[in-house]
Amino acid sequence: MAMATAGDLSQPFAWPDAGVTRIPYRLYDDPEIYALEQRRIFRGPVWNYLCLDIEIPEPGDFKTTTVGEVPVIVARDLDGQVHAMVNRCSHKGALVCLRERGNARQLTCVYHSWTFDLQGRLKGIAFRNGTNGQGGMPAGFDPDQHRLEPLRVDTFCGLIFGTFAEEMPAIEAYLGQAMAQFVRRNLDRPLKLLGSHSQVIHNNWKLYAENVRDSYHATLLHTFYTTFKINRLDMDGGIVLADDGWHHISYAKRATFEEDPEYRQSKVHAVQYDSKLAGPRLLDAWEEFDDGITHSIQTVFPNLAIQFTLNSLAVRFFAPRGVEQTELFWFYLGCRDDDDEQTRMRVMQGNLTGAAGLVSLEDGCINEFVQRGVRGSGDQLGLAEMGGREVASSEGSRATEAAIRGFWDGYRRIMGFA
Amino acid sequence: MNDAEAEAPADPVPRTRIEDFLVDYAHAIDDGDLRAWPDFFTEDGVYQIISRENFEAGLPMGILSCEGRGMMADRVSALEQANIFEAHTYCHILGPPRISEESPELYGARTNFNVVRTMQDGGSEMFAVGRYLDIIVVADGRPLLRERRVVLESRRVDILLVYPL
Repeated sequence: MAMATAGDLSQPFAWPDAGVTRIPYRLYDDPEIYALEQRRIFRGPVWNYLCLDIEIPEPGDFKTTTVGEVPVIVARDLDGQVHAMVNRCSHKGALVCLRERGNARQLTCVYHSWTFDLQGRLKGIAFRNGTNGQGGMPAGFDPDQHRLEPLRVDTFCGLIFGTFAEEMPAIEAYLGQAMAQFVRRNLDRPLKLLGSHSQVIHNNWKLYAENVRDSYHATLLHTFYTTFKINRLDMDGGIVLADDGWHHISYAKRATFEEDPEYRQSKVHAVQYDSKLAGPRLLDAWEEFDDGITHSIQTVFPNLAIQFTLNSLAVRFFAPRGVEQTELFWFYLGCRDDDDEQTRMRVMQGNLTGAAGLVSLEDGCINEFVQRGVRGSGDQLGLAEMGGREVASSEGSRATEAAIRGFWDGYRRIMGFA
Repeated sequence: MNDAEAEAPADPVPRTRIEDFLVDYAHAIDDGDLRAWPDFFTEDGVYQIISRENFEAGLPMGILSCEGRGMMADRVSALEQANIFEAHTYCHILGPPRISEESPELYGARTNFNVVRTMQDGGSEMFAVGRYLDIIVVADGRPLLRERRVVLESRRVDILLVYPL
């Protein structure tokens, strides 16, 4: 892995001797580090989440997104193959797709009508032969050398990923066995989109990457469950890190699951959560799996998370929008064969998370509080020693910052920050 | 709401009452009288904030959904007791409502709105723009929302959404 050199940063950067238990605040607000991340991470050896397969179901469907700051088009060609390419005309650099989503047989830049097929190959140049025998492109101009810059694409359980790196293993190998198995548990079935929105949070993208891995803060900052005395019947779960530490799963299980056979029998009915809620149907739920896991969140480096809270299944994608701004997208999913009541339960449980989430709306502002707090902090360091100093899974306790250390361990490697 | 009703002369025209009711709703939130918010709805009233994009696509999921006054009261209790966020206030600017009469007891209304949010640092910014799509029942001369769908022009929320719109 390349080391950060003087040429990359005008101020040298070295990780503190205490390793990933210390996090330099500079990482949250240094524009040069942010720029280096664009190259080392988002254009580097990672799989970037692009979109859901169900967002572009038909031939000709396309969607625009970003990989880091780079505008990207994801398109399904007329044969059904998915392609991704930079949304930047190979002529003047203008956006080729202006709409967020649509359906087209080809992609045409509005500036000079250069036309590309759904793989991004240059197929047409207006006035290529000039007019009246004058002008036009030189005779040796080769359209094959001027396609839209492609990304390699891989799809796993309905999630479409893209990478700029040539030598990447398939997405399943990138996830590793434990991570891939859990993605399969949650998403490997016919899905449908129930709704989506986004949220602008005023903080560096890595603060959200930490926050979503921070199982320690959950019951301390988010007090909806305890305020309403909602008995989740959960035992503390655990943290599973991927082999290289930078992806993770955090889960909680229903404590009474094994010993109480009535729970198994009641699986077809809504689970009753004892609470002080005036509108308790908010928490109507059903047992969707046999493993007893009721709450889980999984991350995929660099900027994807998948949540399963009761029956609320959502893909969260947090896109950097500058050093101190991030757009957090929420895609709420159901199963195609859900009945009306199941859909209703997923919709109502959607109140727990998102921009207006009863349980988690604090995450919209808490990372900004860090961003504002670290201004003028010079070389000062944040601390991540809860649960030890190791980068290791933590079965049995979520009072740990293990997954945060895992994130920074991977981040150091890919950024070349020795 | 009660003040306005008390001061208004006996009005045989429900339209005027509905217009006052729509304004009272906005003022109650702007004045921080959130405890009154569920009382603008029928007992089983529905409230949903949804993006225009999702609404037009017929998707069921909003950014916030309540079924019945109980869930609305829980929202208010949560923001008062559980949720943590930076202090701010709303100012609703309503456009003229288009009210349609289905029957003497049942009305539809569409009202455009802006909500300006003021943070404690003094900044006032446009927070939400959209339309209220309402189904209003009038019982004993008193309007109540059976359904209020808040259709936001944007799918993007700045920071978070904690007070109802």
